[in-house]
Amino acid sequence: MVDTLAQYVPQSVAIIIAALVAAGLVFGFIGGAAFLFIWAERKVSGRIQDRLGPTRVGKFGLLQSLADGIKLVTKEDFVPAGADKLLFRIAPYVAFCASFAGFIALPFAEGVVAQSLNVGAFFLLAVLSSEVFGVLLAGYSSANKWSLFGGVREAAQVVSYEVPRSLCVLVPICIAGTLNLNTIAKQQEGWFWNWYLFHDPFTFVAFFIFFIVATASCKRAPFDLAEAESELVAGFLTEYSGMRWSYFFLAEYASMFAVSALAALLFLGGWHTGVLPFEPVDRLGSYAGNLLDVGVFIAKGSLLVLVMMWMRWSLPRLRIDQVMQTCLKYFLPISCGLLVGVCVWQLYVPKIAADATRYVLAGGFVVGTFVTLIAAAKPRPTPQLSGAFAKS
Amino acid sequence: MTLDLALFTILAAAIAASAVGVVVSATIVRSAVFLLFTLIGVAFLYFLLGAEFLGATQLIVYVGGTLVLLVFGGMLTSGGPFTVLKTRTAEWALGVGVAAALFGFLVRVSLTLGEQPTTAGDVPGPGPLGVAFLTSRLLPFEIVSVHLLVVLIGAAYLARAKKKASGG
Repeated sequence: MVDTLAQYVPQSVAIIIAALVAAGLVFGFIGGAAFLFIWAERKVSGRIQDRLGPTRVGKFGLLQSLADGIKLVTKEDFVPAGADKLLFRIAPYVAFCASFAGFIALPFAEGVVAQSLNVGAFFLLAVLSSEVFGVLLAGYSSANKWSLFGGVREAAQVVSYEVPRSLCVLVPICIAGTLNLNTIAKQQEGWFWNWYLFHDPFTFVAFFIFFIVATASCKRAPFDLAEAESELVAGFLTEYSGMRWSYFFLAEYASMFAVSALAALLFLGGWHTGVLPFEPVDRLGSYAGNLLDVGVFIAKGSLLVLVMMWMRWSLPRLRIDQVMQTCLKYFLPISCGLLVGVCVWQLYVPKIAADATRYVLAGGFVVGTFVTLIAAAKPRPTPQLSGAFAKS
Repeated sequence: MTLDLALFTILAAAIAASAVGVVVSATIVRSAVFLLFTLIGVAFLYFLLGAEFLGATQLIVYVGGTLVLLVFGGMLTSGGPFTVLKTRTAEWALGVGVAAALFGFLVRVSLTLGEQPTTAGDVPGPGPLGVAFLTSRLLPFEIVSVHLLVVLIGAAYLARAKKKASGG
């Protein structure tokens, strides 16, 4: 894009224009995604709790986020009297900037990336873990004990979960041999058994560990100890209102999508459908092909975000000691083992056995998914109420 | 004025401003936050020079490091909320003197370095770096890793719960 523009305007102006367009697109995507994810979160939670969720504003309540946004803009921008005012004001922006910066290195399709980095995966991990700074600052500067508890818990949690998260990211990178996200996704093209998820048993486990750990590092339930409304009022958010409050949520939904997209790139074949026998860009032309790729990629990311929501409304919150124990006693040793295991697998397992494992894993996963779906869809005759209401 | 130079000027000004902020802030947490901005600015400088791996490493190491500094050095050791640091005039004079001497020394050294390095494009990625770490630079790399391991074990030893002396 820079080269095309540079024919009309000076090179430096072209770079600035390209940067502004890329930033605008990323910002627009984050805004739009957060808009829909918040609506989806309320719908999902509603359905899981046997309610309808928002229905009034727009078709299916789709415009609920807009109504909420208008309400939030008109709210008073409140700063507590005892607070450290400067830090209190900048904390939401720190959190949001960290999530926003992660999207710079995230390729949505082949070459569709704001800035292609050779160390994309590493950069993404680095900036996503800086989001905790905003949360900690918010907790500290509010001059409120609940906020401080929330902030310090978040710091402890994120600093611990960063380690298994990075180790799990290393597992597919060991196979790919590069940190460039674009290349990693390109290596998984073709049928879905080429995805790194099915490469060997270690990557298969690593995906699930990574997903759980990533959920924890996004401070989502069942790991939302920083907010923990049953213990800490609203944790680090207690003193925030209006727009500043909503920036934290923008950051949360943005980083949810960012880690889901990272999981999709590393394990689920990125923008490859996995079922098309040809590359969309080759057959449909550059525009339609790339558009399809971007659509597939966003669909994969959003699907994982939906799973995060499903987990949030299905599982009870862990206690802080349980959260730390899960990380340090289980995830950390498991991910170290996975890393060693995948290296050994790469070095010593013969090609025939590796290919056979791949097909068995991929086939087994697909069959298992279908069986589960069919079993779940079958209506069960349970007219009775359960528990204390059961007729004996 | 090229784009690189303009961006460098903006970044350097921001880094310098936040470095001054570290020194003049009254509360230790604000100092730590300004330190964070300084370190992030330095990471951006590395990105500007095309050293992506170094920039990302700067982010992951120093953001984590400053976070720990902030939590343990700043928040958990202060006696009350928002502890204010007081600096005497003599301390100011000493600090400014040392800083000026250091600055002069650094300017002198950097002026003798000669040509500025070529920018983006020909900087090697993480691949050659990793190969170098495990072949020709193996000894320094191993020394650093053993050193880190010692620090880790020492920290775990210091931080573990003390056993009560048995039998009172």
